[in-house]
Amino acid sequence: MAIIGAGMTEFGELWDYSFREMGIRAGLEALNDANISSEQIDAMFVGNMSAGRFIDQEHVGALIADYAGLAHTNVPSTRVESGGASGALALRQAYFSVASGIHDIVVVGGAEKMTDIGDAEMRSIQSAAADQEWETVFGATFASLFALMTVRHMHEYGTTREELSAVAVKNHRHGALNPRAQFRREIKPEMVEKSPIVSSPLRMLDCSPVSDGAAAVVICTSEMAKQFTDQPVEILATAQASDTLALHQRKSITEMLATKVAARRAFDMAKMQPKNVDVAEVHDNFTITEIMAIEDLGFFPKGEGRKAAIEGKTAIDGEIAINSSGGLKARGDPLGATGVAQIVEIIQQLRGNADKRQVADAKVGLTHNVGGTGASVIVHILGAGP
Amino acid sequence: MIGVRCGVCEKTYFPPRMICPDCGRVSIEKMERFKFSGKGTVYSTTVVHEAHEQFEMQKPYVIALVELDEGARVLGQIINCEPNEVEIGTEVKSTLRKLGEEGRSGIIYYGYKFVKI
Amino acid sequence: MDEGIVSYGAYIPRYRISPEEIGHIWGLDGASIAKGLMIEQKSVAAPDEDVATISIEAARNALKRTNVSPQKIGAIYVGSESHPYVVKPTGTMVAEAIEATPALTVADYEFACKAGTAAIQTCMGLVGSEMIEYGLAIGADISQCAPGDLLEFSASAGGAAFLIGSKDIIARLDTTVSYTTDTPDFWRREGQIYPSHGGRFTGDPAYFKHILACAKMLMEKCGTKPEDYKYAVFHQPNGKFPQRVAKQLGFAKEQIATGLLVTKIGNTYSGAIPLGLSAILDEASPGDRIFAIAYGSGAGSDGFDITVTDAISEFKRDAAPMVREMMENVKSIDYGTYAKYSRKILLAEE
Repeated sequence: MAIIGAGMTEFGELWDYSFREMGIRAGLEALNDANISSEQIDAMFVGNMSAGRFIDQEHVGALIADYAGLAHTNVPSTRVESGGASGALALRQAYFSVASGIHDIVVVGGAEKMTDIGDAEMRSIQSAAADQEWETVFGATFASLFALMTVRHMHEYGTTREELSAVAVKNHRHGALNPRAQFRREIKPEMVEKSPIVSSPLRMLDCSPVSDGAAAVVICTSEMAKQFTDQPVEILATAQASDTLALHQRKSITEMLATKVAARRAFDMAKMQPKNVDVAEVHDNFTITEIMAIEDLGFFPKGEGRKAAIEGKTAIDGEIAINSSGGLKARGDPLGATGVAQIVEIIQQLRGNADKRQVADAKVGLTHNVGGTGASVIVHILGAGP
Repeated sequence: MIGVRCGVCEKTYFPPRMICPDCGRVSIEKMERFKFSGKGTVYSTTVVHEAHEQFEMQKPYVIALVELDEGARVLGQIINCEPNEVEIGTEVKSTLRKLGEEGRSGIIYYGYKFVKI
Repeated sequence: MDEGIVSYGAYIPRYRISPEEIGHIWGLDGASIAKGLMIEQKSVAAPDEDVATISIEAARNALKRTNVSPQKIGAIYVGSESHPYVVKPTGTMVAEAIEATPALTVADYEFACKAGTAAIQTCMGLVGSEMIEYGLAIGADISQCAPGDLLEFSASAGGAAFLIGSKDIIARLDTTVSYTTDTPDFWRREGQIYPSHGGRFTGDPAYFKHILACAKMLMEKCGTKPEDYKYAVFHQPNGKFPQRVAKQLGFAKEQIATGLLVTKIGNTYSGAIPLGLSAILDEASPGDRIFAIAYGSGAGSDGFDITVTDAISEFKRDAAPMVREMMENVKSIDYGTYAKYSRKILLAEE
């Protein structure tokens, strides 16, 4: 399976763009990049977590198909949801549809419009990916659940405030190099530590922002890809795993078991190991999540992940570049779009188009997308084409 | 706090489940009603400063994962003490409090919160 | 047969506010109001507490001190003027929380500050007529009071529960009498948040008239004099009224001291006599005789002649917190916090 085109809007508070506009822009950029016309598209999969609550709109599969100008081809369009991992899951569903032989060329989109409502309401919607009956009802916010993981991680491994801040600092430094990122300015550790407290010990700058945005890719079989581009990016593996919805039902809260399992499945499928990966986009919705992710994915031993950012090991020129795009933290996190945006970044890296963010000699990339507090995890491994 | 205990492996669960995740099918029809004492220890804790609309009036408040004495883990608020008096290992006990309401004319719902002992 | 108290339990929220703090906001001399009312501070319920949670906590405390199975409770009555719902009983929530359902009868009572004692009388009747084996009577309130009104200095939160039965009684409810008239001294109309009152009319024609009349009726029926009682407890809307009525009736300061909680917690309305009685039972000995007169605006007084039995020596008082403990671990709050907790601040959605 290969990806022949990619596109995305900038991420941020896009006051001037509606949900459908963002979806179209990203889609058009991907189609142009793939050099295909709309008649050639056999199906669409749209990742979106909660348009129903953010903009009172359901049935977004049909909406995007319509406004992308594809309605006249009556293209089958499916909305896919798994919390914050909706984007990656949409790619996975598209992968199956092509692998089954039923569809040849499929567009995968991810979009979310989060800024049309107030903060407190946004937080309520965000926490719908957690366990409403047994977590949210008691007053747990999404951030507080990750704060509980942070406190426990600090207790079990000695992770420090400075180590958390270093993750945010690194990702903002990367974001500053990304013209599509929501935040394009570097920050200092003291700014993180002085930012308003959200849920102890997590502060505002430990958390990814509220964002609008859309991203899209076009996929087809590796064989067919040759017709469209001499720079296809191969999907070497797609893997998915689930875990308990509620944090309190997990065996350990200092790791995401679903990440470990999805990673193992992905590396098995690609017949590779963590050390083969040059660049990875991991789900840093909070600074602690990146620290746990790089351990669970196998890039660093358990307990050592906390040192990686502060020691420069995960910078663009580090041992393994983590979140060269700026990650969810600096690039932004429009919930349903993030999973696809991660793919877009890896594509640019593998094609050598990442400009100032380019990781030298990037041949293999990995994306890691999480739903809820780790109840769904989807991992993809991509490789530079021949 | 009424949960279940698996009749096969004796592990306790809250909220109640029909099947024990560890034992699988053999545990069907063998899950026994189990009343927790409500006592437990704090497994992790955080002070929430940015809250959902329903909880605006209470912030800052403590949310914690409590490991009940009998094994199961639950999430709840810790009340009746200063936020900085709660840490991993603090002993607590459950009590009943108002959790929220569905607006001024809606149903009021109650549930457990924990106090330091 | 004898009916009496088999067990009891109390609950007072931990927040307190002082008259000085309240007076400061309204441009009133809080210190002299405190002196005039003889109230040092009053108890305030947290935002996650209400009459249901207080009643449940008190009921659970009562059950901790006895082996009686909640399934044997045949009736639960909760008296309050601040039930969480106007329609939907508090009593059913108590019944579920203590696992007394489903074979029992429940109703909520209202009679201003004497709704709790009316509940006790009803349970006495049901037990005495053998309609039920055990009854649970609860008086609890988180009384509303208009901002800036004098009531704001005294209206407080708290409650207590009494398990009434005929076996293993720790205190016999030997006699009860009531004196009732229609006297509009204090009221709250349907839909109104805050109560209204008749100012000085709440004194002689209301509180004093009914308590004095009821007290005299009780002593006449029992053939007793004040000296026959170890303890006395009168309804306490402030510290002055119960002391004055005690003096008028011939009771000494020492007799009313234990039950006089208002100076430290304010007026808990339907919880007042139940809490006063709980404080007394926390220290009473076998043979002690107790004289209790409740008062509820509207108006009426319920009087009780109670004798503590030998069974109190075996009674597991320590299985639940005593009233005195609930007066110790307290937290003072300022008026802003108080206004927030008692929902006096108009929020955006309202």
